[in-house]
Amino acid sequence: MYEFNYHRPTTLAEAKTLLESNADAKLVSGGMTLLPTMKLRLARPTDLVDIGNIRDLGGIRVDAKNVEVGAAVRHAEVASSADVRKAIPALSDLAGLIGDPQVRNRGTLGGSIANSDPAADYPAAVLGLGATIRTDRREIAADDYFLGMFETALEPGEIVVAVRFPRAKRAAYAKFPNPASRYAVVGVFVAETGAGIRVAVTGAGACAFRVPEMETALGRKFAADSLDGIEVDAAELNGDLHASPEYRAHLVGVMARRAVSAAGG
Amino acid sequence: MAENGIGVAVRRKEDRRFITGAGRYTDDINRPDQLYAYILRSPLAHARINAIETAAALAAPGVVAVFTGADMAADGVGGLPCGWGVANKDGSPMVEPTHPCMVVDRVRYVGDQVATVLARTRAAAKDAAELIEVDYEELPSVTDIHSATADDAPLVWDEAPGNVCYDWAIGDARAVDAAFEKADRVVSIDVVNNRLIPNAMEPRAAIGEYDEATGDYTLYTTSQNPHVIRLLMGAYVLGIPEHKLRVVAPDVGGGFGSKIFHYAEEAIVTWAAKRVGRPVKWTADRSESFISDAHGRDHVSHAELALSDEGDFLALRVRTRANLGAYLSTFAPSVPTYLYATLLAGTYKTPAIYAEVKSVFTNTVPVDAYRGAGRPEASYLLERLVDKAARVTGIGPIELRRRNFIDPDSFPYQTPVALEYDTGDYDACLAKALEIADYAGFDRRRKESAERGKLRGIGIATYIEACGIAPSNVAGALGARAGLYEVGTIRVNPTGSVTVLTGSHSHGQGHETTFAQLVTEALGVDIDNVDVVHGDTAKIPFGMGTYGSRSLAVGGMALMAALDKVKAKSKKIAAHLLEASDEDIEFKDGKLTVAGTDRSVSFGEVALAAYVPHNYPLDILEPGLEETAFYDPKNFTFPAGCHIAEVEIDPDTGVTEVLNFVAADDFGRIVNPMIVEGQVHGGVVQGIGQALYEQCVYDPESGQLLTGSMMDYCMPKADNVPRLEVATNTTLCTHNALGVKGAGEAGAIGATPAVINAVVDALSGIGVDDVPIPATPERVWQAIRQAAA
Repeated sequence: MYEFNYHRPTTLAEAKTLLESNADAKLVSGGMTLLPTMKLRLARPTDLVDIGNIRDLGGIRVDAKNVEVGAAVRHAEVASSADVRKAIPALSDLAGLIGDPQVRNRGTLGGSIANSDPAADYPAAVLGLGATIRTDRREIAADDYFLGMFETALEPGEIVVAVRFPRAKRAAYAKFPNPASRYAVVGVFVAETGAGIRVAVTGAGACAFRVPEMETALGRKFAADSLDGIEVDAAELNGDLHASPEYRAHLVGVMARRAVSAAGG
Repeated sequence: MAENGIGVAVRRKEDRRFITGAGRYTDDINRPDQLYAYILRSPLAHARINAIETAAALAAPGVVAVFTGADMAADGVGGLPCGWGVANKDGSPMVEPTHPCMVVDRVRYVGDQVATVLARTRAAAKDAAELIEVDYEELPSVTDIHSATADDAPLVWDEAPGNVCYDWAIGDARAVDAAFEKADRVVSIDVVNNRLIPNAMEPRAAIGEYDEATGDYTLYTTSQNPHVIRLLMGAYVLGIPEHKLRVVAPDVGGGFGSKIFHYAEEAIVTWAAKRVGRPVKWTADRSESFISDAHGRDHVSHAELALSDEGDFLALRVRTRANLGAYLSTFAPSVPTYLYATLLAGTYKTPAIYAEVKSVFTNTVPVDAYRGAGRPEASYLLERLVDKAARVTGIGPIELRRRNFIDPDSFPYQTPVALEYDTGDYDACLAKALEIADYAGFDRRRKESAERGKLRGIGIATYIEACGIAPSNVAGALGARAGLYEVGTIRVNPTGSVTVLTGSHSHGQGHETTFAQLVTEALGVDIDNVDVVHGDTAKIPFGMGTYGSRSLAVGGMALMAALDKVKAKSKKIAAHLLEASDEDIEFKDGKLTVAGTDRSVSFGEVALAAYVPHNYPLDILEPGLEETAFYDPKNFTFPAGCHIAEVEIDPDTGVTEVLNFVAADDFGRIVNPMIVEGQVHGGVVQGIGQALYEQCVYDPESGQLLTGSMMDYCMPKADNVPRLEVATNTTLCTHNALGVKGAGEAGAIGATPAVINAVVDALSGIGVDDVPIPATPERVWQAIRQAAA
């Protein structure tokens, strides 16, 4: 790790000023990706602006329609929140499957989706539930948010404040973890909300994506066998040491069926 | 049985300090005024070095010195020695290239040592290393066995044509050919033994120190055998006489073989400490461990078994190619030869065996002994082959094994591959394992899984290993350049407490408890009054260290021999005190009694008399009560056993789950059953890891290590392992007085073939008869898919 300056602002305004006044500053939340990258000397920020202490970024708020989770809320908190479990149990389940206890007690929702790691779990829920990302300057619909590998709609200096998840009639997340890292090789989030049925996949492509064919089929009948015969194109998918594109394509089908079954279909 | 003597599950004496965080590992040690070393390693698999520019690094803040291979060469520093020579079939010696501590003009693997920066902090050293400019001219590289042995393969060493280190064979080729000619059938198999990265919990570390006033050097290092390091580094690398070199291996957090070897960093910090006149400390980070700790396994083999119609094994023919990496690590040549091919008889009376082993250099981290070292490779190959034969012949895995087991009454048994087994009862272990595994009820469980859409399989593996290495004359005849005895001292203190000095080294095995139990048993001294000292050449007379499941069978026996001497002398002292003949003295429960009388003295009184010899037979006995013994074993020991794995495969994903695992082992006499159980647990988990998870992968084009972190190299985790059922069936080793055989490696030897046999069994119903190892989910899924196509 190279030397850097560490800042711990308590307000969003302060964080923004710090970010703007240091050209090579980076935000750090849980640091679950950034710190290992820095330790390997693959990143060299001059300044780290730790946003974990900003009150506006904390808290879980549940109302009749939505569950809003602050960007700095840790995975363990979401996994163990009785309110979240009652409102959207699939979201609790997903949070409880992220990484390991150490990661879940450091990593945050905002950090996960700002990074948009192709194998992260949260993007599946954000996209699968059709959530809204609230930033310091606007609201972004999930469909407009994930653009590519480690690429989002966030502008330079834009800070995720919270994510608003609509309550679901039914939803479930099925994950095939990488045996080594426990990241998602493939994770599929299936949900039926007031806005309809959505199927979102993480791990398999450059970033989280939806499978419209599956959504249509489930719209006709919400059952695992509705997905039989629907295949995602392996040519678009990631391949690495752990899983080839064709294996990932296959797993998308398997995990989607499992998610549908778990959601009661 | 003494209260905490042999056979008692005594809680580990050492665990108090470990579980309270009070262990003292090499990295916990800091010496006054020490500098930190950072080793700049090659980022390329193979390259010529045209120039190394260090001036900018030397000028960086906090930097005290920057050294390269040229500096070490100018000081006359030698290469790292290889401790075992293996001859080619024609008797010519193996190719033994130089192994410099830091390279001079060519790097041969990603991780090769290029330069060393010494600075006041670790970060400063690392920062400065980035300022070193190395002019590399990249060369084509080879990392796997197939590429290395291809006709036009790039050469790792100019002096090793075809990249061959040696082309060796054992056994009677003619007898094997003759047996194959008259065989009713031949079953053959191709197996890979996957390359593994050891990953001990504690990364390696070393601190070198030099006292200019006395000329004394000290090396603190993460080693399984500090005396061996002193001998190799002192005599072959740095030219330091042993009385001027102290090597300390304090608490060590796991070794699994990877800390046997003499590594470059040990020599670099020791040499550099003198150059700069300050202690020098180096600690690997985890990423560095992946590219600098010796790797394990990495074989590709073809094997054929000749059988009669009745299922009798007539002959075995094996052709193995082994990857040794870029340089010869300390014991590398012996692992795919004398520690591997000599075990190919397994538990079977195969009358003729012939094995050829060609070991090759590649542009990879050196490969050397890793838990089991050669014996897991032999066991894996043989048990996969036997299982296949059982399937092909329809005889079945139990019956075929039973038919060919060496009978319990035919010991000692001379195998066709050099070893003479002293004792064993292989069917007893098999029977016990079958019973615990409820083998008879398996079909019911298979049906139950099938109802849930899952494929269930059960796999058997028997194994044998040659442990307690080794009789020095036998090892020497096989090419070892060292003796493999052990040394132990029993120092009875004046008030009767005991300090044990052992040349064995504990890095997780619990010697401080097991060895204390031997003393308690022999002398009746309370176990709290026994301390075991190990890991310091300044304290221990000598030692060959811990590996090859040898600590109890060799190190323990050295202590037993020393205890015998202490007991004999104690009797003489007691005889004097009791005015009796020493032949009439009985030594029992800590008391020395004149036989048939109530006249006795306690062992403590005898000890005090020895050190305060006012009333003492000074005319015939020296004062003091301390004895040392060197013990050279008469034979290897032969732990054996049977492991049974039961797995369930999800055909939709290819995921294999180990549901049940049974290990029934014969370790000879067991001193501490709890510690033995722990050893089996750890070994079995490593064996499951090799079977299902662990796989070292190099990029074939660039020679980069692709599995360079825990994110990609999959170590088995707690949730991958079922409850392990562990049992023992004992036959006593016939050639050591304790009857012990060793238990450290067995789990890693038996588990891997048991798991893969179970996976193949699960898939055999759908037409799959082989799976690659490790049987990762995608590979299993692909196998299922290909069978269906």
